[in-house]
Amino acid sequence: MTVETQPKTGVRPTTEYRVSLDSKTPAGPIEQRWDKHKFDMKLVNPANRRKYTVIVVGSGLAGGAAAATLGEQGYNVKCFCYQDSPRRAHSIAAQGGINAAKNYRNDGDSIYRLFYDTVKGGDFRARESNVYRLAQVSVNIIDQCVAQGVPFAREYGGLLDNRSFGGAQVSRTFYARGQTGQQLLLGAYQALSRQIAAGKVAMFPRNEMLDLVVINGRARGIITRDMTTGKIERHLGDAVVLATGGYGNVFYLSTNAKGCNTTAIWRAHRKGAFFGNPCFTQIHPTCIPVHGDYQSKLTLMSESLRNDGRIWVPKNPGDSRSADKIPEDERDYFLERKYPSFGNLVPRDVASRNAKTVCDEGRGVGPGGLGVYLDFADSIKRLGRKTIEERYGNLFDMYARITAEDPYKQPMRIYPAIHYTMGGLWVDYNLQSTIPGLFVAGEANFSDHGANRLGASALMQGLADGYFVLPYTLADYLAQAPLDKVSTDHESFRETESDVTGRIQHLLSIKGKRTVDSFHRELGQIMWDECGMARNEQGLKKALQRIPELKAEYWENVCVLGANEEVNQSLEKAGRVADFFELAELMCLDALQRSESCGGHFREESQTPEGEAQRDDANFSYVAAWEFSGDTSKPILNKEPLNFEYVHPTQRSYK
Amino acid sequence: MGMGMKLTLRVWRQKNRMSPGRFATYNVDASPDMSFLEMLDVLNEDLIMKGEDPVAFDHDCREGICGTCGLMINGVAHGPEQTTTCQLHMRSFKDGDEITIEPWRAKPFPVLKDLMVDRGSFDRVIQSGGYISVSTGSAPEANATPVPKDFADKSMDAAACIGCGACVAACPNASAMLFGGAKIAHLGFLPQGQAERSQRVLKMVEKMDEEGFGSCTNIGECSAVCPKEISLDVIARMNRDLIWASLTKGGEKERSSGGG
Ligand code: FES
Repeated sequence: MTVETQPKTGVRPTTEYRVSLDSKTPAGPIEQRWDKHKFDMKLVNPANRRKYTVIVVGSGLAGGAAAATLGEQGYNVKCFCYQDSPRRAHSIAAQGGINAAKNYRNDGDSIYRLFYDTVKGGDFRARESNVYRLAQVSVNIIDQCVAQGVPFAREYGGLLDNRSFGGAQVSRTFYARGQTGQQLLLGAYQALSRQIAAGKVAMFPRNEMLDLVVINGRARGIITRDMTTGKIERHLGDAVVLATGGYGNVFYLSTNAKGCNTTAIWRAHRKGAFFGNPCFTQIHPTCIPVHGDYQSKLTLMSESLRNDGRIWVPKNPGDSRSADKIPEDERDYFLERKYPSFGNLVPRDVASRNAKTVCDEGRGVGPGGLGVYLDFADSIKRLGRKTIEERYGNLFDMYARITAEDPYKQPMRIYPAIHYTMGGLWVDYNLQSTIPGLFVAGEANFSDHGANRLGASALMQGLADGYFVLPYTLADYLAQAPLDKVSTDHESFRETESDVTGRIQHLLSIKGKRTVDSFHRELGQIMWDECGMARNEQGLKKALQRIPELKAEYWENVCVLGANEEVNQSLEKAGRVADFFELAELMCLDALQRSESCGGHFREESQTPEGEAQRDDANFSYVAAWEFSGDTSKPILNKEPLNFEYVHPTQRSYK
Repeated sequence: MGMGMKLTLRVWRQKNRMSPGRFATYNVDASPDMSFLEMLDVLNEDLIMKGEDPVAFDHDCREGICGTCGLMINGVAHGPEQTTTCQLHMRSFKDGDEITIEPWRAKPFPVLKDLMVDRGSFDRVIQSGGYISVSTGSAPEANATPVPKDFADKSMDAAACIGCGACVAACPNASAMLFGGAKIAHLGFLPQGQAERSQRVLKMVEKMDEEGFGSCTNIGECSAVCPKEISLDVIARMNRDLIWASLTKGGEKERSSGGG
C-alpha cells in the first residue's frame, strides 16, 4: 500500500515536500498483516546464506539479537561496538522490565490491549501496523529469553512473576530484580558469543563506525576507526544494520552512558536516510537532581518508586525549611491534587512537566531549587521499613551512595532528566530506511513508541526488532536486491574514507582554547533550556540562532590534543560532538514545525485550558521525515500521514 | 575554584601496549559530592588546557552496571567502598589525601593506555561455553518449565556479575574463578542449563588456563572487592561441577538437576 504524501496545511518555514514515503505496510486485518507478510516475503535458501555478509553496528538488545540470529541462520555477520565488549552496550542499564502480552495473570491482557495501550500511550503518533506486530512478537521474546537462561523473577510455584509498571492497568511486565536490561542483554550477548565461537560472527569491539558507504544507491559498507590504534578501515557488506541506540546525549546530561552518540545514524542521515520525528525525546521524571557544575551524567531511579512514594513540594515559594520541618498542611502533593485518579502514577511526560512547573514557580527543593520530594514516610508507616527495603533496597542504597542522604529518614529529591529518544532514522514496515539495504533497529529507528514511550517497552522493541523482525525482512531484501560485485577498492569507499580522515585531521589541527566537553555542556544547556521539557516558538528560534554560532566557534576553537595513532578519547568525543551540533539544529527545526503538543513534545502554545498537552490531529497526524539537503539549516520535510483504523485518537486524560 | 578538597594523585601513565609506564603526580581540587570519575574529568580538563595529554580511563554507564570502569585505587580494586569505581564518591577521601591510581594488573589484561586495559580474555572465556545453545525461534513456551524460586534467585545472584575484572585484579594469582564460576552457577541453577553443564565447565576452565588466568588458592580477595558481592560459593560449585564432569568424562550422565 502506498501512502501518499501531501502538504496538508499552509507553508511552514523550511518545509518542502518531495517524495512519497512508502511505509510498505501490508493490507488486510491488522491481526493477519505480519503473518501474511512473512509468507509473502522472499527467502534465502540455507545453502546460499553464507554467500551474504551483513554488517551490524551496535551490540545492544537490537544489534546483539540481530547479529546472533543472523549468524545462527547461516549469514556471515560483522558486528561492531564502541565498547570494549558487546556485553556493555547501554541496554544493560535498563532497570524496570519488559512487557509482553502473555496474560499469565488472567487480568484481561491481550495482544490487542498491549497494542492499544502502546498506540494511546504514544499519543497517536506511531504506525499502527508496527505496534501491532510488536505486541504480537512480545510473547515469543519471553519464551526465547527464558530458554537462554535469563533468570526472570519467579513465584513460589516456579512460574514467571509479573508486575504492573508505569501505570499500566494489567500486570504484563517481566523483570529480573532491578536489572532486567542487564539480564536480557547478557542473554543476547551469550547467543552472540556462541556465534562468534562458531565463526559466524566476527566481532569488532572498540571500533566505531564513522561513516556509511553507499554504492549505486545501496548501503554497502561502513568506515570504522579502531579506537586503540586509530586505524581507519573499510568494511564491505551486502546490507547494513544500524542498532546504535538513542541520541539523548545531545543534551550533555542524560541517563545515557557517556559513550552513547548519534554519529552512526547522523552520518547515514547525511547519506540519504530520512530522520523521523527528531524532536520526540523522553524525559524521565525520577532521576537524581544535578549536584554541581562538574556533573557528568544523571542517574535514573526506577519508575517503580512512584508506586509507593508520594511526590510533593512546599506550598509556598522560597520555603527553605528542611522537609521534616514543613507541616502537612503546608505541603503540596501536586500530582495527587491535579490527577486524583492516577495520582503519582501519571505517565512520564505528565509527571515530568508538572515537576518543572512547580520548580518554575520557585517551589523546587534542594540546591538550585531544581528538585521535588519523593517521600516514603507514609509507606514506611503503612507497610513497615522491611517491606520497603525488600521492594527498593538496592535503589535506596544507590541513592544514599550518590547523595549521602538516607531516603528511609528524609524524602528523596528527584528531578526529570533526558532518558530516551523516540525519534530516529525513519524506517518502513521492514525496518528499512530510505537508503535501500540500510536497516535500522531498536532505539536508533524512529520507532513504535510515537511521541511517548511507555515503561518497559524499550527492551521489548529492541529484542522484537533484533530476534524476530530483521531476520525475516533482511532475507527478503537480500533475496531480491541486485547486488553488484564490488570491493573495498570501489571509489565510494575511497571517497568516504578520505572524508573521514579529513574530518579527523581537521579536528586535530584546530588546536583551539576550549575543550570538547566545554562545548558539549554549552550545547546541552541550550537544548535543555529551549528544546527540553517545554518548547515555544521564541525559544526554539533563539536556539536555532545560537547553535550554528556555537558550532562555528567549535570548528575554530576546539582543542583536541594528540594524534590519530593510539587511544585518543578527546578525539572520539570531538567527532561525536560535531555530529550532535548538526542533529541539535534538526531537533529544534522539527520542534518548531510541530506547533502542536503531543506526548513528550510540549509546545507551550498548544495546551488545554488545564495546561495539558493539546494535540492537533487535523494538522499533525504525520511522521515528520527529514531529508538532508546539504545544508544543515535547510533540511527538507517529508511527511508520512498516520492512519488510525483501530485505535481512534482521543485526548489523553489522567484526571 | 575552591571545592573543598585538595588532593595529590599518583597516576599510572603509559603511552600504549608496548611502552613502559611510570607514575606521574598531579594536584587536583575536588568536592566531596563528586564521583571519583568526575574528579578525573576535572583533572583531564585541566591537563588539556595546559596542553598535556589527558589520562585515558575506561568508563561508560557511570551507574555501576556496565562493568566498563575499573581502577586500582590505593592498591584496592575499585577503591575503599566495595562498589564500582564510577559509584565511588570523593566523600570517601579527605582533604590532603594522596591517592595512587593504577590500571588492573594481570597478565590476561594487557594495558592499552594509562589506566585502560584489554579484557578481551573475558569475552573469550564466555565464547568457550558460557551460554545455552538455543537458536532464535526454537524456544518452548516460557512457563512450560517451572523453576523453583530458590534456584531462580540463586541463579540471579550469580548472573549479577558485571564482568569488570576486579576479581582478577585483586587476586594474587590473577585467577578468574569468580567470574567463570558466576557464569557457570548462573546457568547451572536453571533447568535450561543442564544439558551442557559438564561440557560448559570443562571448556571454560580450559579456556581460563589458556588465557593465562591463574588458579584459585582460596584467598577470597576476589569476592571481597566484587561490586556485585558475588559469593565464593560459585567457585566451590564450579569445582564440584568440574570433578563431576571429569569423572564422567564430560558425559551428561544422570544427575539431580539444579541445586547440585
Ligand atoms: S562505568 Fe559502568 S560500571 Fe562503572
